[in-house]
Amino acid sequence: MDVEAAKVIGAAVAIGIGAVGPGIAIGFIGSKAVEALGRNPEAEGSIRTTMILAAAFAESVAIFALVIALILKFT
Amino acid sequence: MPEAKGPHISIKGETLFDLFGFHVTNSFLATIIVTGLFALIAFYYSNESKKTKKGPFYYVLNSFISMLYNLYYPVLQTNTPMFFSLLGAFFFFILLNNWFGLIPGVGSVLVKLVEHGKVETAPILRGGTADLNTTLALAIISVLVTQYFGFSFLGFKSHIKKYLDFSNPVNLFVGVLEFILEFARIISFSFRLFGNIFAGEVLLSVVIFLLPTLFSFFTFPMFGLELFVGFVQALVFTMLTAVFLDMAIHKAH
Repeated sequence: MDVEAAKVIGAAVAIGIGAVGPGIAIGFIGSKAVEALGRNPEAEGSIRTTMILAAAFAESVAIFALVIALILKFT
Repeated sequence: MPEAKGPHISIKGETLFDLFGFHVTNSFLATIIVTGLFALIAFYYSNESKKTKKGPFYYVLNSFISMLYNLYYPVLQTNTPMFFSLLGAFFFFILLNNWFGLIPGVGSVLVKLVEHGKVETAPILRGGTADLNTTLALAIISVLVTQYFGFSFLGFKSHIKKYLDFSNPVNLFVGVLEFILEFARIISFSFRLFGNIFAGEVLLSVVIFLLPTLFSFFTFPMFGLELFVGFVQALVFTMLTAVFLDMAIHKAH
């Protein structure tokens, strides 16, 4: 296998596996936020803010993987 | 046969010209423009706040700023007025930089450059936060400020005790971990912001090449998504800084 092929496969594996964890995490965050909303509908504003912040943190893990994939692909 | 040309994607900002041995990159140029814009808005706001009859844009800004203040208040409590100038400056600088990169024309207007004897093209402007140097600088400022306020609020001995505690082996180990975490914080801060904004720009430039020309209006919702991501990332950066500041100015339990 030459270097170019290894780079492309490496990039695909990096983002492919790296997206699994954050996907599960964002699913949990969303489900728990809906649960909290059902229990306490008055707190909608603060729940939404907290949920978006937490989702952004979970997403950033996927972004780290994406950065690695992009570095592999474009350098 | 000429090779099919894909989108122009580069991880780092390209050097446009040298000024007294200092490399002026395209992202640096964009950051200078954004800083000028930032200063203009700040002067406008401070001028208007002294008048009795204020312009409509003042009230838009004012409601936005008070919304931000109320977001930080639950985290920092009574210390909010002290840190709000820093956090607000971070927020608006990052937000304007993120959104500046999305303006059509930024990143797509190319100039010819001669590099090592070869003629290459590079975008004349590039979003400031889509360059790792900018986000790394912001992350280092954030961590250093956290340390400074830790020292000034707790005193030298009390703050050092968070990292070097000889009372028992567990605390010693936790202190070492805390010390490593400070450096991990710089990396996670800078890569989170850089990754999100750079990935957004790559997404916008790749989507155009995936679809036929007739369907290029499909990129429009992507712009909306990127506007939202730019706002959320500015909020996340400042919110994390606020949380770490709050942790630094209180004694370890």
